[in-house]
Amino acid sequence: MITPGIKGQQLVAVFLLGCLFFNYPLLSLFNQSGTVFGVPVLYAYLFLAWGVVIGLLALVIERR
Amino acid sequence: MLQGWVIILISGAYLGVLFAIAYYGDKRADAGRSIIANPYIYSLSLAVYATAWTFYGSVGRAASNGVGFLPIYIGPTLMMALWWVVMRKIIRISKMNRITSLADFIASRYGKSALLGGLVTIIAVVGIVPYISLQLKAISNSFEIIKSDNLEIIRAGQLGTVPILGDTAFYVAMLLATFSILFGTRHLDASERHEGLVAAIAFESLVKLLAFLAVGVFVTFGIYNGFGDLFGRAADHPKLAQLLNPFGGAAGSFASWAWLTFLSMLAIMFLPRQFQIAVVENVDENHLSKAMWLFPLYMLAINVFVLPIAFGGVMHFSNAPVDPDTFVLTLPMAERQEWLALLVYIGGLSAATGMVIVETIALSTMVCNDLVMPVLLRMKGLRLNESPDLSGLLLGIRRWAIVSILLLGYLYFRLAGEAYALVAIGLISFAAVAQFGPPIIGGIFWKGGTRMGALAGLSAGFAVWAYTLLLPSFAKSGWLPLSFIEQGPFGIALLKPLQLFGLEGLDQITHSLLWSMLANVGTFVTVSLVGHESAVEHSQASLFVDVFKRGGDTSGVHLWRGTASVEDLQALLGRFLGPERAHEAFVAYAQRRGALMPQHLEPDADMVHFAETQLAGAIGGASARIMVASVVKEEELTIEEVMGMLDEASQIIAYSHQLQQKSRELEEATAELRAANERLKELDRLKDDFVSTVSHELRTPLTSIRAFSEILHDNPGLDAGERGKFLNIIIKESERLTRLINQVLDLAKLESGKAEWHVSELDVREVIEDCINATSQLFRERNVRLETHLPAAVPLIVADRDRLVQVVINLLSNAVKFCNPKDGRVAISLHRHPDSLQVDVKDNGPGIGARDQVVIFEKFRQAGDNLTEKPQGTGLGLPISRQIVEHFGGRLWVESEPGKGATFSFTLPLAASRAGAAGAAAEKAA
Repeated sequence: MITPGIKGQQLVAVFLLGCLFFNYPLLSLFNQSGTVFGVPVLYAYLFLAWGVVIGLLALVIERR
Repeated sequence: MLQGWVIILISGAYLGVLFAIAYYGDKRADAGRSIIANPYIYSLSLAVYATAWTFYGSVGRAASNGVGFLPIYIGPTLMMALWWVVMRKIIRISKMNRITSLADFIASRYGKSALLGGLVTIIAVVGIVPYISLQLKAISNSFEIIKSDNLEIIRAGQLGTVPILGDTAFYVAMLLATFSILFGTRHLDASERHEGLVAAIAFESLVKLLAFLAVGVFVTFGIYNGFGDLFGRAADHPKLAQLLNPFGGAAGSFASWAWLTFLSMLAIMFLPRQFQIAVVENVDENHLSKAMWLFPLYMLAINVFVLPIAFGGVMHFSNAPVDPDTFVLTLPMAERQEWLALLVYIGGLSAATGMVIVETIALSTMVCNDLVMPVLLRMKGLRLNESPDLSGLLLGIRRWAIVSILLLGYLYFRLAGEAYALVAIGLISFAAVAQFGPPIIGGIFWKGGTRMGALAGLSAGFAVWAYTLLLPSFAKSGWLPLSFIEQGPFGIALLKPLQLFGLEGLDQITHSLLWSMLANVGTFVTVSLVGHESAVEHSQASLFVDVFKRGGDTSGVHLWRGTASVEDLQALLGRFLGPERAHEAFVAYAQRRGALMPQHLEPDADMVHFAETQLAGAIGGASARIMVASVVKEEELTIEEVMGMLDEASQIIAYSHQLQQKSRELEEATAELRAANERLKELDRLKDDFVSTVSHELRTPLTSIRAFSEILHDNPGLDAGERGKFLNIIIKESERLTRLINQVLDLAKLESGKAEWHVSELDVREVIEDCINATSQLFRERNVRLETHLPAAVPLIVADRDRLVQVVINLLSNAVKFCNPKDGRVAISLHRHPDSLQVDVKDNGPGIGARDQVVIFEKFRQAGDNLTEKPQGTGLGLPISRQIVEHFGGRLWVESEPGKGATFSFTLPLAASRAGAAGAAAEKAA
């Protein structure tokens, strides 16, 4: 088990990464027309980034 | 289409299932085998966050502004990452202090202030009632739609014509009140947990997720051919095309996106129902970690199909006036999928009922513990303090609170239901509870926050919220003149509630949040910094902020002084929890403290604190404080006394520092002792060496004396010449023996400091001349030339004349012994240094190797090999000389190179510069 201190810091890092993902200016890069596998770029990006953040959370929490 | 009675029957059956689950959960909890004690149920129950607003409203919002609904769910995901730091702390604090609601938490943090608890309760009720009415509206709307098969918008005007007794929403409200009362206020519990309820909520979360996913899959893959087809067609749709890149357009600015994210981050923690589920109903702190990624996953899942349904709905109903908020339901209906529509209806029912039940229970706890009870307890006329059992009263208050809150919600729904779309109402509630953020977050990380600060901050934030969001919504509902919004109150443009102080270009929520947070945080911090906190506030502050440092131990931190009796405390607890529960609690407490019965314990601060926390679980921190104070003669602590306690604490710290210091000194002393012991051992070894060397040195002459004596004794006929020769040897050896013994004694005296010194002022020149005279015979015998270099006059020194003579003669005779046997030359010279005199004795002998230059000053050691060469002295002369010179504060050393002779030199300090040293030496000798 990782010590609570380290775990807390890793989670704060995930939080900051999430803040970066879901804010200007990164968000504006994907605010454009075009599609990825038929899905508009912006929607694809938002859900993908969301999934990545959740995955990182799970990784930090479940790693022993 | 489905008949009305079928729908009512199915709704009733579904609620019946909920009742069954809740009942089963409660039974299992009573039996001690909890069904909710795992992180998955905990995560699912957290999803009470997703209400009818999510279920129906997200699609509505997505249909008008694309991804604009997402921050409401992304915010909590981000906040979840911080829960490890923030929520874990809140849960730990709440468990330690038996906190059972948001109002209780804030009131307890700021010195158990009843006023603050009341204010929080009022804000929560005012902020949440519209949100509850929103759920009622959703249930009623969906019921009307599915029953009448009328997809078009049902206006409030239409509903308004329905008498209350014929209105679905009214019956829904009353049914939900019944459910909440049955499972939320079954009995009074110190921990205020409702296991059956949580089980039912978790089940509802599962149902609403499945229903939403089902309709999502149906729209995306049933009506259309997957995401590609759906989005491809949407791109060709004139209204939807602009929603594909919504920033700067439909979804508003990036700033409002960021503020919405921030708002939902606060909401996920401080909505009363979230606090109830996440903190109060939490079984085990460790469930938090799994929920931290499972709950965001749930929200991701329930949002994946929002856009497809919204786009599908807009395209499908492009010519019909169908409310986008109902697309989830109307799309399956339009496609004649009756059972799917029914499933959606049940899902929406789940979302709405789950929220309403948990929210009303949380609010009723707050209303009872932090609003009604403190007032009732203060009314002396009611004589509540003397009533033997108050648990019935408490439950009664809560039940009435539940009914009242639901009726309020219904009333709001009847009066203002259609003024706003679902999402707008939800966000207004979010902004209201966001006001709790500063006092709570500030309260658990900053000890400096005070009661006055929190009161002022909350009031200011709430006032700005009401002015910028609540009043405009009243105006839009027609309760206030519209000019209030458009021209500002009394025509003052600067005070226009939607463009306060002329701030324009922001959407309503962002605008309100910006100003209210500014007012809230600003006032909270400023008032806290300017004012000062009382003793209770201070102790509560450190209890909250340092909760992890205390390691779960609350004893010894109660700032309390007074007198109480065990019976009084137990009776008090009995009045609120029932006598049996109170007795059990006290016995358990006594056993934990090592006593058999509570009566055996001294009613000290710890016990009073125990009683207060137990009571706090039932009636809240502020009320518990009042009640305990009524049976305990507490003497209010003055700030001086608290300072005194702090002083004591700092003294203890100082003592422990001193202890550390002492133990460090002890260690040093031990080390010194060990070193001294080592040195003693070394000295002992040296003494042994010395004794054996001395005996060896003594035996050599003794052996030869004895040998020659025996020869003389055994051979009486020895001729005279031979005899004289032998006798001569005997005499010489005897002299050597005497000299040796004298020197050993001398050295022993010098080393032990017992030597007698006859100190006087003397002229070194004279001493040297005397020595030269004394040794002149020796020089002549060996035919060695002596050169003298003496200055005309030198200052006097203070020394023992005989000892000094001993040193000089020793050096001179050594020089004679070791100088060149053929052309022996010795030079003695005297120099004057600023503060000393130096005597050099130089010979032209074989010189001394670098190694031997050290050795020769040791006892019984001589230059060269002792084993092969005959010793030319006792080996004690130089050690003795060095002892003497050093006694007078001087130095004796040798400079030599092999083959170039040797120079022995010593210095003696002048009389003037030695005065101090002599004094010190005299003292030492005394």
